[in-house]
Amino acid sequence: MLEQLGAVTRQVRTPADLAGVDALVMPGGESTTMSRLLDTAGLFEPLATRLTAGMPVFGTCAGMILLADEVLDGRPDQRSFGMIDLSVRRNGYGRQVDSFEADVAVAGLDDTFHVVFIRAPKVERTGDTVEVLASHEGVPVLARQAQVLVASFHPELTSDRRVHAMFLDMVHTSAATAA
Amino acid sequence: MSSTSSDSSPAGAAGSKGTYRVKRGLAEMMKGGVIMDVVTPEQAKIAEDSGACAVMALERVPADIRRDGGVARMSDPEMIEGIKAAVTIPVMAKARIGHFVEAQILEALGVDYIDESEVLTPADETHHIDKFAFTVPFVCGATNLGEALRRISEGACMIRSKGEAGTGNIVEAVRHLRNIIGDIRKITQADSAELFQWAKQLQAPLPLVQEIAETGWLPVPLFCAGGIATPADAALAMQLGAEAVFVGSGIFKSDDPMPRAKAIVEATTHFRDPHILAKVSRGLGAPMTGIGMDEINQRYAERGW
Repeated sequence: MLEQLGAVTRQVRTPADLAGVDALVMPGGESTTMSRLLDTAGLFEPLATRLTAGMPVFGTCAGMILLADEVLDGRPDQRSFGMIDLSVRRNGYGRQVDSFEADVAVAGLDDTFHVVFIRAPKVERTGDTVEVLASHEGVPVLARQAQVLVASFHPELTSDRRVHAMFLDMVHTSAATAA
Repeated sequence: MSSTSSDSSPAGAAGSKGTYRVKRGLAEMMKGGVIMDVVTPEQAKIAEDSGACAVMALERVPADIRRDGGVARMSDPEMIEGIKAAVTIPVMAKARIGHFVEAQILEALGVDYIDESEVLTPADETHHIDKFAFTVPFVCGATNLGEALRRISEGACMIRSKGEAGTGNIVEAVRHLRNIIGDIRKITQADSAELFQWAKQLQAPLPLVQEIAETGWLPVPLFCAGGIATPADAALAMQLGAEAVFVGSGIFKSDDPMPRAKAIVEATTHFRDPHILAKVSRGLGAPMTGIGMDEINQRYAERGW
């Protein structure tokens, strides 16, 4: 989807893959599995360094969990990068039979955005520095703090590219500021 | 990415559950992962600790079902609930082919995915379950593209190549993956008139054949199952085109399950990197012994219609 918007993409599995990447998407999956693989691939520390240095990042679902300051109902050994000041509860919306889709209003977009939640994490607290860009039934589902964008839904499961475009705008603005 | 259905939802802001996209969505999230068969909460914890993206809760692994014989049925709900309580990753469970009441029970238990599985003794020798009637998503096995498309037309949201469960022998999984993916490749080269013949030959719905011609892939994820015993087996399935792997007897029938489980997870993640594969394949102890195809008298893969 990012390629349809003109970006060049690659998959990052090892520290070597990370070099030459300007921005990162941390996708959905199981956050416990991803946390473990980040460790075994030796990717956690290099990634933490890049994120702290201000590399733009978009975390969706499990990616959001990995970027959050506080993870509730996670595993004790689960690590997160603590890049955005919010508390998130794993599987906060329930199991797969509770997974759902809905329409939400997103700040800066004219029409509603159709979103898909899969065993989604639920945001339970946001800090003062976090800008909430969309909510569903009063709970934030899309939020931003500096170069960190997080969503508890899966924008890649629908064909609407507007949230991805929002992230690319962030990346371009960040690159322009750094230059 | 491709999207085959409209993004609009009649349910609107209130939210709708059990839609095709929500069901397929969980399968999408398991891509690149390993789903492990477990028979106790302790094994489920080992699987989760090793990096499994989901567990399959069952009473006996396929190797034991094969050894014991008799009728294999849905697992005891108490046992499934014990495993659900032990882990935070998705929990799958198996229902017999055509046994829609077992599926209703599994849905009531809140499992995250149902495997309508040939490893259990079939309950219906003509019909599979109408999977559209459920909120919980289903995975089904297939040995060829026609079978995969018939299961998708019944509502399956994930297909796994069947392989031959409980053998520790990858040969059938390779055959089935090559069957399915080879025919997909041929269909993408066919002209529109030839697609009618493909649908007839595969005994599959024409619209699904036309969709494959257009997108070059199944409308749902394709995983591999049945015979994976080593990290190299998992990487082989992935390089052949599987999008994730199921490991049944291969882990908990080996000498030392935990290191093997971790190694298979890493091999599935880094499936194109021979150096990592060499590293994780070292010192794992003995894999399950395994059996040759000419030594077995019951091919589970032949179950399903």
